Amino acid sequence: MKQVGRDIPRLEVRAKVTGRAEYVHKLRLPGMLYGKVARSTVPHGRIRAIDTRAAKAVAGVHRVVTGQDIRKLIAEPYYGPAFHDQPILALDKVHHVGEPVAAVLASDPHVAEHAAQLIEVEYDELPAVYDEVAAMAPDIVVHDMLKPAGTFADLKHLKGRTNTNIALDYHLRRGDVDAAMSRASRVVEHTFKTQQCLHLPFEPFVSVAEPGDGTLTIYTSSQTPSFVRTEIARLFGWPENRVRVRVPYLGGGFGAKVYVKLEALVAALAMLVRRPVKIALTMEEQFYMITKHPTTFRIKSGVDQDGKVVARACEVFWNGGAYADIGPRVTQKSGFTAPGPYDIDNISIDSYSLYTNRTPAGALRGFGIPQLVWAYESHTDLMARELGIDPVEFRRKNILREGRPQASGTAMKDAAIAEVLETIAARMGWSAPFDRGSGTIRRGRGVAIGFKASISPTTSVAIVNVSADGSTTLYTSTVDMGQGSDTAFAQMVAEVLDQDCEDVRIVHPDTDVTPYDMGTLGSRSLFHMGNAVRLAAEDARTKLRALAAEAGLPAGTNYPPAEIFKKRYGMQAGNVIGTASFVPAYKSPDAQTGLSDNVTPFWMIGGSGVEVEVDTETGHVRVTKLVNAADCGTPINPGVARTQLSGAAIMQLGFTLSEDMRLDGGQVTNASLADYKIPGIRDIPPMENLLVEAEQHSGPFGAKGLGESGTFGVSPAIANAIHDAVGVRITSLPITAEAVLRALRAQAGQPLEDE
Amino acid sequence: MSMQNINFTLNGQAVSTDIEPHRNLVELLQRFDLFGARESCGQGLCGCCTVLVDDKAVSGCLYFATWVDGKSVTTVESLDANGALSIVQQAFIDCGAFQCGFCTPGFVLMVHQLLKEHPNPSDDDIVHYLSGNLCRCAAYPEIIEAVKVAARR
Repeated sequence: MKQVGRDIPRLEVRAKVTGRAEYVHKLRLPGMLYGKVARSTVPHGRIRAIDTRAAKAVAGVHRVVTGQDIRKLIAEPYYGPAFHDQPILALDKVHHVGEPVAAVLASDPHVAEHAAQLIEVEYDELPAVYDEVAAMAPDIVVHDMLKPAGTFADLKHLKGRTNTNIALDYHLRRGDVDAAMSRASRVVEHTFKTQQCLHLPFEPFVSVAEPGDGTLTIYTSSQTPSFVRTEIARLFGWPENRVRVRVPYLGGGFGAKVYVKLEALVAALAMLVRRPVKIALTMEEQFYMITKHPTTFRIKSGVDQDGKVVARACEVFWNGGAYADIGPRVTQKSGFTAPGPYDIDNISIDSYSLYTNRTPAGALRGFGIPQLVWAYESHTDLMARELGIDPVEFRRKNILREGRPQASGTAMKDAAIAEVLETIAARMGWSAPFDRGSGTIRRGRGVAIGFKASISPTTSVAIVNVSADGSTTLYTSTVDMGQGSDTAFAQMVAEVLDQDCEDVRIVHPDTDVTPYDMGTLGSRSLFHMGNAVRLAAEDARTKLRALAAEAGLPAGTNYPPAEIFKKRYGMQAGNVIGTASFVPAYKSPDAQTGLSDNVTPFWMIGGSGVEVEVDTETGHVRVTKLVNAADCGTPINPGVARTQLSGAAIMQLGFTLSEDMRLDGGQVTNASLADYKIPGIRDIPPMENLLVEAEQHSGPFGAKGLGESGTFGVSPAIANAIHDAVGVRITSLPITAEAVLRALRAQAGQPLEDE
Repeated sequence: MSMQNINFTLNGQAVSTDIEPHRNLVELLQRFDLFGARESCGQGLCGCCTVLVDDKAVSGCLYFATWVDGKSVTTVESLDANGALSIVQQAFIDCGAFQCGFCTPGFVLMVHQLLKEHPNPSDDDIVHYLSGNLCRCAAYPEIIEAVKVAARR
């Protein structure tokens, strides 16, 4: 039976509906201590003194640890994927409210929590900067000196730089933008902003470290076990093989749980006290861990008389918060797609990653793409309106067609941009008459499309183990956090080895056993690890055939593996190990021009069409239809693929209409699910999720990733629909009823009194 | 801290334990190696810690452990005690009504209560009963479908 393309439930469904699935939150080890973190109360300041006496005096407290204690264990206790800028516990300075300053260890987490609240820290407060554009000027500098990690060659020149908040600046120049703008029949310019919001996985960050005999085992809710191993080994100055990282299922990730989060802290604490240490964050504490970049995007385009975009200039400012995390990669990797999926000869891009005194920002389902699409698709819609061209028609005229070079110079290949646009337009009934409402309820509709490059350079390694009875086990360090990677890989292995995928067992990440994987992020697993899995299974198949030949079995006959083993070894014995790595070709962008003719192994395409009703008396927006479409290559498991598209779109709906991490004097004022509103079951509009099948020739069985594609178009499609309904343009997220009402009143010449 | 002795029925079995008065129901259940009820938001808003007490769904994170004294507690682990999944659990599987699975036990228990009180729930009944359960993976459309499938069965 064909395994790839089967619409089957995920392998782990029974464990999940019975509540028995393994998550780190369950783990308890003998002698384990619980850690609770004391956090900075100021956004920017020098630490003058930390008084831990009251905390130490609490009955049941095992130890109180500060940054200075960690420094005795690790001389340079700084980590981070792009910059080694983040201390395990604050040293000398704090850079955002909520930054870990000290940790308390106790057998009872309530005792640790109580004691942590008794730690008194004195600060010399420094002026703080929160806005990404303001941070471009060095009036207030967040870090005294930049410390690039050395992992990325293109960051090396930033080493030791002072008096700046710019962690990375990426520039692209293609054609002659100034000349083309001056020749254009019309030039339009807009500025769009996005807010700070965050992942909020329902299993908050949790990590456990267990010291062994010269070794350390870390059980962690992480999307990047291989990176954690490398980084913890580097911090201790150990070879990698002394660090073991294990990851069971994740209760959500969405890009939050990438690189090092709690792992360095639990590792250092466990080594200091020589006992297992567990830290589990609360929902509130997640607001101080990692967020999505707020952005300001200035976009300017020149159009000719036929409605063809001839030039586009993009300036994007990414608010990275207090630590760089993976922000510099967002700035560059997403930066080069800032002009959108349009065929434009003259392009300039200037993309800046900035330090500010906010909670750090990193990757969140789309790696910066939703912020960019918000701007370029709102801008595109405004241009179409100004030119009097139908927005879908305007896009048809300008989109990148197969084979045409994108801004970076890389040709679009296996990128179903037109198909996604046409699928949405058709399902929206775009050419049919549309009921525009009446009275105080006005109706409108909008579309938006976006695209994303996959991550590179990147490496994935897989091992397929065929046992002597023919049963098969797959070893990878890919993390299944609900996206269905275990099941998709099992389908691939089963397809190659002619088995049922339900019989393939998946070993979860355990770096003592499972081979290297860059990380479960950026919709990369299905394509990158999928290619490695397919090759490893093919390697196993080749070796099985060789074993059959060794055993003297005639070639050309399909013997069951169990028979081959029995014949070769005289009993049920032996193994066949298939292994493979996958490293796609890649050329990094030129340092001067930002151009590369091979900048991505594949393209992701996604878009949405929206119908809304706007109440002109209250500004309330009701989404009455949401159509999402994405290029999914050839789906391995269509049912799971559709739920990825749906889940991504609903998540983005929250980032569009309600989610907003509010700041007052650097303090987060809504750090709870009571005050930070995520979508619930009452917030789901009538939805359709459409898979646009288009073979990805370089993908395993024609597949490509799509965990993020559903997020791309949602926000601008809604803003475009609101404009269509009531003629006002919202340029900042989130689109609250208040924002719409203010715009309506301003449009009517009756602004609200406080404006 | 002073301990309090409590006696209650846990998934059909009479049990007794000593517990500090500040512990919540989730912590109590962990002492019995039951981890299906999970504390997430800590405010009774997300429903990940849903447990049935005398057949009524409560938020285990906001429910003091000592309050179950003399009562009957049902957790997700009881649903397949005879080895077979409940109709609701099977419907969740068939409809793909979860992704990461962290909130799933809470939804499953809430749907059990819904279908007990409304064997043929309307759409309004479904969203009313499930508005206290959140799913960050946003499997809501599939969850609604699963409720309907379970009701039909």
